[in-house]
Amino acid sequence: MGTWIIAGVTFREAARKRVLWMALAAGLAFLALFGTGLYFQLRDITPRSNLFLYRQGVTALLMVGFYAVDMLAVVMTVLVSVDTLSGEMASGTIQAVATKPIARWELLLGKWLGFVAMVTVYVILMVGGITALTYVLSVHRVGGVMPHHLLRGAGLIWLECVLMLSVTFRMGASLATLTNGVLVLGLHGVAFIGGWIEQAAALLHSTRALNVGIVASLIMPSEALWRRAVFEMQSPVLSALGFSPFSVASVPSRFMMLYACLYLLAALTLAIRRFSQRDL
Amino acid sequence: MLPANSNAIETRALRKVYGRKVAVRGLTLEVGRGEVFGFLGPNGAGKTTSIKMLLGLAAPSDGCAQVLGRPAGQVAVRRKIGFLPEHFRFYDWLTARELLSVHGRLYGMSPAALCQRVPAFLDLVGLSEHGDKRLRDFSKGMMQRIGLAQAILNDPELIFLDEPTSGLDPVGRLLVRDIIKTQRERGATVFLNSHFLSEVEITCDRVAFIKHGEVLETRDLHHAGQAVTHVSIRARKLSEQAISGLSSRASAVRLEGERLNFAVANIDALPEIVRFLVGCGADVYEVAPQRSSLEEMFLEIVGTDGGL
Repeated sequence: MGTWIIAGVTFREAARKRVLWMALAAGLAFLALFGTGLYFQLRDITPRSNLFLYRQGVTALLMVGFYAVDMLAVVMTVLVSVDTLSGEMASGTIQAVATKPIARWELLLGKWLGFVAMVTVYVILMVGGITALTYVLSVHRVGGVMPHHLLRGAGLIWLECVLMLSVTFRMGASLATLTNGVLVLGLHGVAFIGGWIEQAAALLHSTRALNVGIVASLIMPSEALWRRAVFEMQSPVLSALGFSPFSVASVPSRFMMLYACLYLLAALTLAIRRFSQRDL
Repeated sequence: MLPANSNAIETRALRKVYGRKVAVRGLTLEVGRGEVFGFLGPNGAGKTTSIKMLLGLAAPSDGCAQVLGRPAGQVAVRRKIGFLPEHFRFYDWLTARELLSVHGRLYGMSPAALCQRVPAFLDLVGLSEHGDKRLRDFSKGMMQRIGLAQAILNDPELIFLDEPTSGLDPVGRLLVRDIIKTQRERGATVFLNSHFLSEVEITCDRVAFIKHGEVLETRDLHHAGQAVTHVSIRARKLSEQAISGLSSRASAVRLEGERLNFAVANIDALPEIVRFLVGCGADVYEVAPQRSSLEEMFLEIVGTDGGL
């Protein structure tokens, strides 16, 4: 019960943060830009155009859109949640709640759920927005373009954000706000670089470089989730054509997805454990 | 169910160490049910850390603490306690009414109970007219008031008040005093940590003086007989015999002109002393017992170095 009360208050607290609204505003601006670009691109279609290629082009652009959404969502998740533990511990706000008849794990889980709800809304709005926009703009010209596996892709983007959230919580139970933010985004940076190393290595058939990329994904599997999301949303034809900026030469395996889920659960469990043991 | 016949608070050699710094050296304390207990000590004496350990906010490094008959910090114990932190803060976008509602729900109150209790407690702390105002528009004093309301919202058996009057004007202080009084009448135990000694003197039954995280002494404020009383007598014709005889009955005997000052361990010894002086031929004009104030007690027990 206490968990849900805390989740409700946390969701409202998160919904009030300026960072969230800036991320939403950035998302809307991006959608407008994306829509305008797509609109003019589709207007240039002539009866003699190769519709198949056009459809692939629209899908490729859609992937770029998803990439921007993914990046915005990840950064927003970290920035909105980064001070929820450390900030409230420093200000003493948490004392009024932690002395109520609610276990520490319930308190932390409630906060986590509040942010998960916020992330869910954001991902649905952004992924849904860009998909709907693309479909509506393309339906008359080339027949509506949709991602290959939309739900799988959206689910993986969501999972990536929840993973980042859980790691932010784990660090927030120990570290000061700024240190936490730098560390978590730094880890995501490692995953990002690792992802590109892995892609390049796969194209060049360099096993050792590939392993470096995989190790980076094991350190932080966030980017692997994004690359799997692209793999799910891009049509196999597009991948084969190498038409997209997100060639998935090395597709993160199902094992890596499972690893990411375990990583998320471990981060959350360790966050609960650290938070339960520490002095407030 | 919590054991009802136990002490409200019982600690044995409670200790808290942060790295190499000893915050609480060994706190041994007993607070009975229904007492208003003052916790006094200089800055850095370990008062807030002690309260944190009793509330389960901080884990003791050693020793043990029982609150309402159970190990400190258990969820079942927290159901029966209230706490006003030294600087009460909460999400500032909530209104006063919403704040009490959130805290009430955390105590497991039903919507019906909340409908009845929230306005009643807003009224109790004098914030009825500000119930729909957001906390960000509250003054420091108003925040202390709403903090006090959330601390007693669940009719707790034990209430911890950490500097409840800091930031309050005289009217606010009077309110705190009244609330403590009503809580005592209700049978609740109040653990009061305050710098305002005059306030502690008025409200508390018993006080503990702590320094470096150890109880130096506890004093009962209602049984003045137990405390050392300073007496000033104005008399003439005081003989050598009277003065020396007095020295065996009282301490710190000092004669300054017509004024004879001394201290007795028990106020009940005073009539006998007066009879003795009169018997020695002295003319007694005035007898003025001066119970040492809490401030004097504080300085006498804790010292003037402020624990530094």
